[in-house]
Amino acid sequence: MDSANLDQIIEQHRGKPGDLIHVLMEVQHQNHWLPRDVLHQIAEALNIPFSRVLRIATLYKTFSLTPKGRNEVHVCTGISCHLRGANKLLDAVERATGIKPGETDAGWRFTLDTGSCLGSCSIGPEIIVNGTHHARMTPAKVEDVLKEYQ
Amino acid sequence: MSDVVMQIDGKEVKAGGDMTVLQAARAAGIHIPTLCHHDKLEPFGACRMCMVEVETRGRMSYVVSCLYPVAKDLVVRTRSERVDKIRRVILEELLAHAPNSPELVELAREYRADRDRFDKDPSFCILCGLCVRYCAEVKQKNAVDFIERGALREISFIPEIAKKECWECQECFALCPTSYAQAAYFLTEALAFPGRRKASAQSA
Ligand code: SF4
Ligand code: FES
Ligand code: FES
Repeated sequence: MDSANLDQIIEQHRGKPGDLIHVLMEVQHQNHWLPRDVLHQIAEALNIPFSRVLRIATLYKTFSLTPKGRNEVHVCTGISCHLRGANKLLDAVERATGIKPGETDAGWRFTLDTGSCLGSCSIGPEIIVNGTHHARMTPAKVEDVLKEYQ
Repeated sequence: MSDVVMQIDGKEVKAGGDMTVLQAARAAGIHIPTLCHHDKLEPFGACRMCMVEVETRGRMSYVVSCLYPVAKDLVVRTRSERVDKIRRVILEELLAHAPNSPELVELAREYRADRDRFDKDPSFCILCGLCVRYCAEVKQKNAVDFIERGALREISFIPEIAKKECWECQECFALCPTSYAQAAYFLTEALAFPGRRKASAQSA
């Protein structure tokens, strides 16, 4: 993401300390992670101590302080999906991407994570790629689905 | 706010209407143990060591006295079997993190807390927040703060800020019940401005 775009997001909240979580969410959404220099920029613009920005940015799981791949894959390991074979599904996703939960591949194509109940039990087991739910997944379908995300 | 009359450990106590139970007890010379309380800082309610038994209109409950406001006719007991037990378990949990903290060891003796009750997890910090709050509220430097959450929560000196502010201050070390603030700081020093200590010792 270009920095002009980031600047624009941050400038909209200048001088408003109460907007901290909003800014962090917008930047996270657009940029997929929160670089340290951007956190400094946010602290300065919103007039908040940098340490507090860091405290909030590390408190919520939504925020990432390390770079993420172009595509974010979540495999649900919640109880419903688990009963329907989430473990095998996760194995298949790990094989297809070559990474484990929490990791990003060397080519920045994928970041993999798990979640405990991603909110669609009735259509599980599921994986979510960039926010799109893929329902009733099977290990065999994984390759095909991930092919769409380069 | 006008004064109220209440009872602490069977003694009639007059307290300012805007006081906490802890303040009222201290003003009356009654001791309540605390770990995260500091007169110059906003109450934080983190350690739960100051828990007391209170009774209002016949109902009994357990509250943290450093946050609980005084009230007319409140009946407070600073020691009882339940109160002691609560403090004992809290101490046993904290001792798993900081087994040799002198303050904790002393309190453990008084409350017969077993230092080995829980598996050791020597993180040394008991998250009292004294360093964090002193730096923010008194010094207004915000060089140290909490990061992460839950079991991973810890204090962290921010190298960028510590580099500018901490060399001249280091006042939080003396507040820390476990010396962890000091340990964490020195790691940060090694990261943010290595060599400065050696150089200043040599030039002295
Ligand atoms: S480092 Fe010490 S003073 Fe700071 S929160 Fe931990 S125990 Fe408290
Ligand atoms: S358990 Fe997977 S969506 Fe609920
Ligand atoms: S002194 Fe009251 S909670 Fe720590």
